[in-house]
Amino acid sequence: MSLLPDLKSPGVMGINSRNGNYIMRYNPRRLFPLVDDKLISKDLAVKNGLPVPELYGVIRMLHDIRKFDQIVEGKEDFVLKPVHGSGGNGIMVIGGRSRDRYRTTSGKIVTRDEMAHHMENTLGGQFSLGGQPDQVLVEYRVKFDPIFDHVSYLGVPDIRIIVFKGVPVMSMIRLPTRSSDGKANLHMGGVGAGIDMRTGITTNAVVGTSPMQEHPDTGSPVVGLKIPHWDVMLEIASRCYEITGLGYLGVDLVLDAALGPLILEMNARPGLNIQIANAAGLLPRLHFLEALELDGMSVPDRIALGKEATNRDPREITRMAVA
Amino acid sequence: MNRRHTVILAAILVLAGTSLFLYKARTLGLPLDAAQETEVWTMEAHVSFHRDSVGAAKAHLRIPENPFGYRIANENFVSRGYGLTVDERASGRQALWAVRKVAGEQSLYYRLSVYADPTRTGSLPKPTFPKVPELEEPYYSAMMDLTSHVREQSADILTFTSALLRRLNDPTPEENVSLLRDGARTPMQRTKLAVTLLAGARIPAEIVQCVQLGEDRRMAEVLPILAVHNGNDWIYFDPQTGELGFPPNLFPWVWGSKPLIDVTGGRGDMVEFSVVRSLQPTMEIAQERAASLGSKIPEFSLLALPLRTQSVYGVIVMIPLGALLVVLLRNFIGIRTVGTFMPVLIAIAFRETQLLGGLLFFTLIIVAGLGIRAYLEHLRLLLVPRLASVLTVVVILMTLVSIASHRMGVDTGLSVALFPMVILTMMIERMSVTWEELGAKDAITEGMGTMMTAVLIYLVMGVDVVRHVMFVFPELLLLILAATLLAGRYTGFRLTEYRRFKAMAADQ
Repeated sequence: MSLLPDLKSPGVMGINSRNGNYIMRYNPRRLFPLVDDKLISKDLAVKNGLPVPELYGVIRMLHDIRKFDQIVEGKEDFVLKPVHGSGGNGIMVIGGRSRDRYRTTSGKIVTRDEMAHHMENTLGGQFSLGGQPDQVLVEYRVKFDPIFDHVSYLGVPDIRIIVFKGVPVMSMIRLPTRSSDGKANLHMGGVGAGIDMRTGITTNAVVGTSPMQEHPDTGSPVVGLKIPHWDVMLEIASRCYEITGLGYLGVDLVLDAALGPLILEMNARPGLNIQIANAAGLLPRLHFLEALELDGMSVPDRIALGKEATNRDPREITRMAVA
Repeated sequence: MNRRHTVILAAILVLAGTSLFLYKARTLGLPLDAAQETEVWTMEAHVSFHRDSVGAAKAHLRIPENPFGYRIANENFVSRGYGLTVDERASGRQALWAVRKVAGEQSLYYRLSVYADPTRTGSLPKPTFPKVPELEEPYYSAMMDLTSHVREQSADILTFTSALLRRLNDPTPEENVSLLRDGARTPMQRTKLAVTLLAGARIPAEIVQCVQLGEDRRMAEVLPILAVHNGNDWIYFDPQTGELGFPPNLFPWVWGSKPLIDVTGGRGDMVEFSVVRSLQPTMEIAQERAASLGSKIPEFSLLALPLRTQSVYGVIVMIPLGALLVVLLRNFIGIRTVGTFMPVLIAIAFRETQLLGGLLFFTLIIVAGLGIRAYLEHLRLLLVPRLASVLTVVVILMTLVSIASHRMGVDTGLSVALFPMVILTMMIERMSVTWEELGAKDAITEGMGTMMTAVLIYLVMGVDVVRHVMFVFPELLLLILAATLLAGRYTGFRLTEYRRFKAMAADQ
């Protein structure tokens, strides 16, 4: 046993544990469509008064592609998304247009034909789980808050919050880099910075699994960053549990310059890299919460509990003991 | 709660699978190794006698019933015009040949095949204490004298018998012994004498008439073995040497000293034994035995299926094993594969191509297929037509490879024609999606993981013992199921996660 690194005492959650002890236990299978289908989750959020990027239109079948021009008429910028996509795949962000040509935010020029092909592929199921036929949704492009300009390379930084039975327990901000092709995906080389649940300030950052302090492209520090509207974000995240019923949920938020925090998507199988970004395991916090009766608790109480749960980290406990 | 449920279920499955397995392996003797062979002794008893005038004749032959240490594989009789009845009585089995009108030289045969089975203990029931035999004087005094001497020099039945036999076989015998030994010249008579003398000491004893086994014996001897009951078990002595234990080269034909044959209506009757040793596949013997035991298992085994179906099932029963390996590699080690059970399918495909050829061929087709798919991407085909195109191109490539390899005199390519190409196409499609979504590194990692897993599964499936055992003992699938169920409750770290989260590890 001593041959292997000790992941137990920092309380790292592994895939098997996440699947077996959390997803299977707290996320009933029948609720998955609520988050896997972006149209349903958007609708659900709107009905419950939670902020989401405005939906411009849906392309449900090949025939609808001709409606596309009508949908984006008068819109300079917009986003194309597969309804059943995951991990940011198949998303096309258009930042500008000139007649039949569109320009993506990463600077690529896309012709009308190319865009139609992209939509055809999406409808055919290229980006959906298991290759099922899919739909394309066209929505508002987030004008992300300039506060993140110096720590992102193209793309939109997003904030991931893990919510356990309505309690926001861990969070990180994902910053796009040149090597992640403007996608805020850690897996592709994006930066992940852990956020202190109590303060909303980033504490630790990684690229892949290696710790770092500055953004690799811009050189600006990514640790010590204060996330604006932090408490609003925690409230939105907590309420996502109420509208979906999923006990172990990942909520992705973006910060729009004008509209504030918006729900980008929700995830019933949130990844584990958030632990690396925070240099903290999820299990101490989850074990703390599992021992409590959370049902019927109000949103502010849940948020307070999430902040409290942070103190369960072995490192925090040591620090408090020293103090 | 769920965990306990799973553990109990797994325990039940293990119990059921293991007990059926043990029953088949132990009781029915189904071998764990396909190539295993058993030494089979075929003994033939040739009964012959002469009848001078035409008339009725009857011959009894005492035949083995439950020979201890051996199991009867089969037996048959050659009766030629005689009516045959096999008589099972308390004193042992008898073959009875009878004919109404016959004359001249008569030959009857009884053939028996046996093989050693140490689990068999078909001895007689516990005997009662014999009465002291009423002998005439001076034999009675000689007997009592001898037994009391021997008793003084021995501690128990075992030592008593050894000491008695030693004295009986003494080349320079004492007076009592030479008196008693006088009428007993053959080994059989000597052994009978020993039984009588043991009875004088009220020790139950019996004679086992044994056939001597050998490589190829035309004229096998029938030797008596002295069996003495010590209150719990029968213990055996060679009456001529006094050696303890049943000699390994003897087959216990019948109990009791009664002659082996009894002929009425003939003269010059004799029985001769010949012995032939042969090796037979243990598998066959076990099946015959199972049938003779009246077990229904052989009828409900895969071995009862038509041969062609059998060969298919030989592969099918291996699939769960492959799946279990995938579970272990994915959930315990953390190897990433393209599709969950793709490696199992590929491993099955390798069986047809051989490993090296298959690996080479597979890699070639996948690389080519990925290239073609990338090219088709430019044509902006819809998903399904694109898949179909890739499939077609894969078929064309396979055809070309087969023809080319045949021209070059390599036959791997030919057997590839049976290769499940749908698997190839799916693999190419999935890998290219991974390639687009997550990048080349992930696609190649997954591709390599799939290949490695497939090779491992192929190697495990190729182990003869594994194949044979899974086929003959398909109840082991229950054990595999149990292992899979338990693996399904494993929520610990995967081996690869130790590397992934290495930065977070606590200092040790």
